[in-house]
Amino acid sequence: MNPPRPRPRLDQENTAFWTGGAQGHLNIVKCGDCGQYTHPPRLICRHCQSENIAPDAVAGTGVIDTFTINHQPWAKGLEVPFVIARVALDGVAGVYLTTNIVNCPVDAVAFGDAVKVVFEEQDGVFYPLFEKVA
Amino acid sequence: MASKEAYITGVGQSEVGVRLPRHPLLLTLDAAKEAIAEAGLTFDQIDGVFSFPGKSHGYLAFSPVGTDEIIEALGIKSKWQMGGLEQPAQLSAIGMAAWAVKQGICRHVLCFRTVYEAGGMADPAQYMPARSETVSGASQWTSPFWATSAACWTAQYAARHVHKYGLTRQQLGQIAVNGSKNAMLNPRARAITKEELTLDKYMDARMISTPLCLYDCDRFSDASTVIIVSAGDALDEIKCEPIRIAAMSGSVDRYSWDQVEWPAAYDAGRDLWTRTDYTPADVDTAQFYDGFAFLPITWLEGLGFCEKGEGGQFIEGGTRIARDGQLPLNTAGGQLGAGRLHGFGFAHEAVTQLRGQAGERQIAGDPRVAVATSGGGPLAAALLLTKD
Ligand SMILES: [Zn+2]
Repeated sequence: MNPPRPRPRLDQENTAFWTGGAQGHLNIVKCGDCGQYTHPPRLICRHCQSENIAPDAVAGTGVIDTFTINHQPWAKGLEVPFVIARVALDGVAGVYLTTNIVNCPVDAVAFGDAVKVVFEEQDGVFYPLFEKVA
Repeated sequence: MASKEAYITGVGQSEVGVRLPRHPLLLTLDAAKEAIAEAGLTFDQIDGVFSFPGKSHGYLAFSPVGTDEIIEALGIKSKWQMGGLEQPAQLSAIGMAAWAVKQGICRHVLCFRTVYEAGGMADPAQYMPARSETVSGASQWTSPFWATSAACWTAQYAARHVHKYGLTRQQLGQIAVNGSKNAMLNPRARAITKEELTLDKYMDARMISTPLCLYDCDRFSDASTVIIVSAGDALDEIKCEPIRIAAMSGSVDRYSWDQVEWPAAYDAGRDLWTRTDYTPADVDTAQFYDGFAFLPITWLEGLGFCEKGEGGQFIEGGTRIARDGQLPLNTAGGQLGAGRLHGFGFAHEAVTQLRGQAGERQIAGDPRVAVATSGGGPLAAALLLTKD
């Protein structure tokens, strides 16, 4: 049994991201003026500094840009090994998520693998994890 | 014109240890006294105190001593103090001091970096951060996925290098093996490296986060390193061989390791050569930040000692980076061999080599040009140091 995941402190900028999973949404901040995305979420668009921004439910699919098989238990009781990956989101240019690749053996993960989001809920926070697309 | 130049004059270092009983302020004092004595100065001639970062109140073991405490403890009348985490990276404290003396704001700046991360483990109540219920800031994007250490972040850059360019563990291992070999000849590294690391032992080591194994990660230590930066028009006050800060560069990207395409070492590396007539071919020794063994590869490539992607081939077999090789690397052992001095150890060693004072580990051939770097991920700073 793994220890609980570290819990993000919810605030104005990040709540839509960490709770969107309740509706099955992976929310990334999108600009209403230039159409580009900002992640981590901020109060303005990082491309044109517009304040006309809002969380946008993106497809929730992507590819593994890079990954590491982690063997070090960073917390007491943490089961290893597990995969930490950087996922490049489809349709969201320039946005990457650090996440875990789940529901497959660690040695089944490869660069360029197509993945899709699955949410793991813990006390109202919905952690976006990814699994391989069959 | 020499008066507008900046020089490293005194360098000093405390004992380097693991769980030293000596208070970090006193370790800083040890290093400061050595540096001041070497420069031939007295504390009342110091008029600036710089560090990277300032005192870290949450995680005291990481940075236990503030610039204000040094001003207080040493009775310094300071014109300027600077200790921000917002600087490009560790060595930028020295770079900023160079800037301050070039501008005529200060004449002799005491730069220091004190770490107490091994000792802090022994006294967590006083030195380690209180356990927090929640994560915020940059760590909220990594810690929830147990990417809680910079090892996991660096590993992802390293893994991409393995995938894209074919970096092998045997190649990567040369950084740690070379560091250990050099550390064996560094009296200050004795608490960290007691026996030479072989490539076989490296290959057998347990993984931390692929492709980084145990020996790819530097070791917590307790130590202080002090570097005195002096103005060109104040050199008549010093009694040691001045080493010129011929160029400096830095790079600060978004503090989101996972949103950064390439480590900042590539930008800082390229920029360094736009500020000098020297070229990589002139460099006699390189002291590259090796908090993780992969980072020197980013500096080798970023500074143009080889093409992007060819760092693995550059260090293949270890002969090129050995003390008698084409580019002697981390001659004091680096952080892998001599402890996590957090960047300042590289400037200290560069000056020591250029002065021919490195004892048994001294490289041959009267080195005149050295490069020292610091940082990983989105932070980077580099210094070009010359004897001229
Ligand atoms: Zn915009």
